[in-house]
Amino acid sequence: MRDRGLILALLIPGLLAMLATFILPMAWLLRASFSTSTMMQVGFTLEHYRAALADPFYWKVALNTLTLGLTVSAFAVILGYPIALFLARTTSRWRGVLTALAVAPLLTSAVVRTYGWMVILGDRGVINGTLQSLSIIDTPLRLSNNSFGATVALVEILMPYAILAMLAGFGRLSTQLEEAAAMLGANPLRVFWRIVLPLSLPGVLTGALLVFVLAISSFVTPRLMGGGRVFVLGTEVFSEATVTLNWSLAAALSVMLLVLFSSVIVIYQRALRRLEA
Amino acid sequence: MKAIRNICLTLLYLFLLAPIIVVFIVSFDTRQYLAFPPESWSFGSYTKVFANEAFIAAFGRSVVIGLVVGLVAVAIGMLLSMALVRYKFRGRDTIGFLVLAPFLVPSIVLAVGLMLVLSPMGLLDSYAGIMLAHLGITVPYTVRTITMSLMAVDRRIEEAAMVHGASPFTVFRRITLPLVSPGLIAGGVIAFLISFDEATISLFIVSIRTSTLPTEIYRYLEYSTDPQIAALSVVLILISVAVVVLVERLIGLRKAI
Repeated sequence: MRDRGLILALLIPGLLAMLATFILPMAWLLRASFSTSTMMQVGFTLEHYRAALADPFYWKVALNTLTLGLTVSAFAVILGYPIALFLARTTSRWRGVLTALAVAPLLTSAVVRTYGWMVILGDRGVINGTLQSLSIIDTPLRLSNNSFGATVALVEILMPYAILAMLAGFGRLSTQLEEAAAMLGANPLRVFWRIVLPLSLPGVLTGALLVFVLAISSFVTPRLMGGGRVFVLGTEVFSEATVTLNWSLAAALSVMLLVLFSSVIVIYQRALRRLEA
Repeated sequence: MKAIRNICLTLLYLFLLAPIIVVFIVSFDTRQYLAFPPESWSFGSYTKVFANEAFIAAFGRSVVIGLVVGLVAVAIGMLLSMALVRYKFRGRDTIGFLVLAPFLVPSIVLAVGLMLVLSPMGLLDSYAGIMLAHLGITVPYTVRTITMSLMAVDRRIEEAAMVHGASPFTVFRRITLPLVSPGLIAGGVIAFLISFDEATISLFIVSIRTSTLPTEIYRYLEYSTDPQIAALSVVLILISVAVVVLVERLIGLRKAI
């Protein structure tokens, strides 16, 4: 019984922190989305959901968010796959360094890396500046202040997550199976297509899911790279919460983001179960 | 075949590191506006950043907030991990799940919720508010790293100390704590770094009084992209690199993230 008091003492600070930073915020979010006031949690109404669902603008925003999430996760996984496969296989003594290099961008602020992409894709940036000084183009290519810029930047910013998730999932790849297939006369392409790729798919799916979640909830990069012309759920939640000060609509949009997110999780789990079967 | 593979990998790495490399180059440009390639080189942007009072003040706030958040997150994480790893009790699985639940919620959704909770308490744009918010997203990480090192501790060493007459507290202080200290340090460093780099949640919570460095940079970038930000970014990247090297030395980077 002495244990019981001790366990409680160990748990209480953590439980309080969870209550204040997770349980209450999620409950308040749901409450606010049904509130009749824009900034306080009073009454009950479905007006915010109705307003959001009746407005074609928000349908467009939801579609933009979905498109951005799918594009970014597809490219992050495709570009991250060779790196993850290489890191999982290599026996080079540089492996540690190369892994650190692939993951290190995670430890620099997303704001800083977004700025890096503004420098690369801006009208006087690296690409346009170089092409213009070589007289290949006269007017700068429109690479930023649009969804192209936001997509490119997000792919790079979220790629390390995809690499990490795939690297963790590639543990079950066995080189023996591949050698066996090669010995039985399969060419390298066939070995990859029939053995390596199917076995690595669960890791790929996890990486794609992780990137998708982070992409659909991002707003700093779409806002800065989009120059105010890219409208996704993240940017709209932010402007409702901090500019328009319609907190209830921000809450309703957040709940819709959660629903979008949960449905993708369900699809992911179905896909994973089918792969394992 | 191998050459093609190496070229592809190099290009992919280049893409991954491009923004960091470019920021580094631009930070030495002498001009007042963003342009590429630099015409002439100087430390002008660095001098300007170190003379910019708003950035210095925000940097100071970020460090203080990060340190407090790191320490508290490690303390809470240590207590929670002890309970979760060492004891069996009703609701353990539920708590274990709840601890990691913030990983499953998009941070912008959590940010709106935190804003709604902190506002009626008058904690928006306050140190207590932003620290609490950052605590919520860092405790899951500290619990994870500390739980891992706690599970690796050989219970027989503790039992041996107990047999030789050490009290439970002495065992904890002299045996358990030193054995898990790499996990504690790694957890604290990661918590500090997350708090230090965090922009999404901070932008909902802070405005002028307690703006952190990432939020200050974000607001600056909405109006201007001059090389000053590049210099500031380089400073931030160097701080991150120092921390990464530290973590790598202590427990290995892959385990930490």
